[in-house]
Amino acid sequence: MSQAATLNAAAPSARPARRSGSLGDVIFAAACRGAGIFVLLLLGAIIAGLFIGGWDAFRTFGPGFVTGTDWDPVQEVFGAGVSIYGTVVTAVLALIMAVPVAFGIAFYLTELAPAWLRRPVGTAVELLAAVPSIIYGMWGFFLIVPFMAQTFQPFVIDNFGEIPVIGDLFAGPPFGTGILTAAIILAIMVLPFIAAVMRDVFNTVPPVFKESAYGLGCTTWEVVRNVVLPYTRVSVVGGIMLGLGRALGETMAVTFVIGNANRISASLFGPGNTIASVVALEFGEATMGSLKLSALLGLGFILFVISFIVLSLSRFMLRQRVQK
Amino acid sequence: MVSNRLLALAAGLVATVGVTVSAFAQQATITGAGASFPNPLYQKWGEAARQPTGIQLNYQSVGSGAGQAQIRNRTVDFGASDAPMTAEQLTEANLLQFPASMGSVVAIVNIPGVENNRLRLTGELLSAIYLGQITKWNDPKIVELNRELTLPNVAIAPVYRADGSGTTFVWVSYLSAVSQEFQGKVGVGTSVRWPAGTGARGNEGVAGTVRNVRGAIGYVEHAYAHANNLVTTQLRNKAGNFVTPTTEAFQAAAANADWSAPNFAANLIDTHGATSWPIVTPTFILLPRNPSDATRAQNVMRFFDWAYRNGDAIATGLDYIPLPESVENAIRAAWTAQVQVDGKPVWPAN
Repeated sequence: MSQAATLNAAAPSARPARRSGSLGDVIFAAACRGAGIFVLLLLGAIIAGLFIGGWDAFRTFGPGFVTGTDWDPVQEVFGAGVSIYGTVVTAVLALIMAVPVAFGIAFYLTELAPAWLRRPVGTAVELLAAVPSIIYGMWGFFLIVPFMAQTFQPFVIDNFGEIPVIGDLFAGPPFGTGILTAAIILAIMVLPFIAAVMRDVFNTVPPVFKESAYGLGCTTWEVVRNVVLPYTRVSVVGGIMLGLGRALGETMAVTFVIGNANRISASLFGPGNTIASVVALEFGEATMGSLKLSALLGLGFILFVISFIVLSLSRFMLRQRVQK
Repeated sequence: MVSNRLLALAAGLVATVGVTVSAFAQQATITGAGASFPNPLYQKWGEAARQPTGIQLNYQSVGSGAGQAQIRNRTVDFGASDAPMTAEQLTEANLLQFPASMGSVVAIVNIPGVENNRLRLTGELLSAIYLGQITKWNDPKIVELNRELTLPNVAIAPVYRADGSGTTFVWVSYLSAVSQEFQGKVGVGTSVRWPAGTGARGNEGVAGTVRNVRGAIGYVEHAYAHANNLVTTQLRNKAGNFVTPTTEAFQAAAANADWSAPNFAANLIDTHGATSWPIVTPTFILLPRNPSDATRAQNVMRFFDWAYRNGDAIATGLDYIPLPESVENAIRAAWTAQVQVDGKPVWPAN
């Protein structure tokens, strides 16, 4: 650096390119550092903004804000319990449905599909990830919800509704909307994310590993189970967490199909809500400075905390596995 | 080649936009924000008034609550709200409140074999349904009013607006007015805690859910139900007569309202009159009493003055209910009396 400066001082006109290069380095480093710090500042500002905005609600209700299941804008009693429950349950159900299918897609694309089919199917998966969530919401509302209301739910209620315990999961009138419908839409939305990540990481497995395993007489399943998955475990869990993150925060599509009722019911067909859907629905009519607005910002803060816990948990789990 | 052509096209577009913008820039612009319920009406009025008045209206349908907040902060020239503000709120924010128009809310149902405007309901039944106390369409209380219909043994699925909305405010105002129990358990607000049923987003969400679910009942603005041919019901009004939701029934309700209420906060819910539809509501405009810019405030008044004089046909065409002329004159008098800049009234203009 200093050497370059002396050189430049000695022959300023002879080496202009060198000079702009060193200056460029400084600017580039500063810009990159600035961008990195900016992300941290932005994150901090958002968290602080949400917490300060929600402080009124936290102070008024205390820990009851998180555990309370009452959401009554008329009496100004707000509890986030139902929406936290709805957020977590729909996201987990969505992952239960999406992960096996995503694994199947990725496995098929990397191991089984003929070479000419890999690219079109892969592009289709990526295109699915690019569809805006409002489209999934409308599609869900106009196609999936009527199907659930008129065909699927009556069928399940008629055939399984009388069985004890299992029947409780399917109690209630067939609205079509509800926790299960929301989870299905979410599963379809997070599927391409998880599948795309899995496919990419499966492709990173060195062919020599797989070929050695095949050479030892392993079946395709054994190769995937004992070679590909252990090699890519970290990234696979990362991809699943990416999907979980999207499922937790998804707003529009869920709002269309979840039923939007502030009740916890054992039934998968029952209506519920999520943090993001409550905020989206109630924000427009929340008056400036009201307790309700504060409660909505507090909900945003809680969603932030949940996402943070999920991410840290996944990091923690990954670290343990890596150390093994 | 292609990129050149694209560039030319883009340049042409920019030029066109520039010309259009500068053409409008010569007109006076007023900005408003708030209720979504009267949004179609304000948009149409804005289009129609641009030529004769030279006023360009920029109305943002952001919801009543947001509209109230924006006019409190004076970020717009006027706010719009479905629910009237209280006298204390108006004094505190130094706002004048007056109605722009009226609208009505109707019940929509999806019951096999029941046609439009055939089912008879009462406010007491509706509140019991929304409280989750009456759960079957062949409940004796409903059958008793509808001897000529064959009501099926189908579960009632109440559907409500999940987003905060003026429509919900009007609907629960009515249910609370006719049922003490509903008032105590649920109360009145733009969003409330519903003990039963499922929520959907917007008029279109409620209508779509009612269409999907056998046995569903919901509520939407009459304009929306009319435009989409939804199955509405009759309701029993305060006089004890069953009325169908028609323009005549809405106007009868408007004529029977007591407009002398302070801040024009007339209650049109469950009014007297043999033919009145029971769920009618005014929608309000909020105007600063001490505008910082007299010309802009004057333009807002000129706009609504034009709308009162010439906008009735547009309002009726969109299924809104024009205000009685006496009310419009009272509003003009209130402008003169209450909106002042430096101690001088802003209205009448010039």
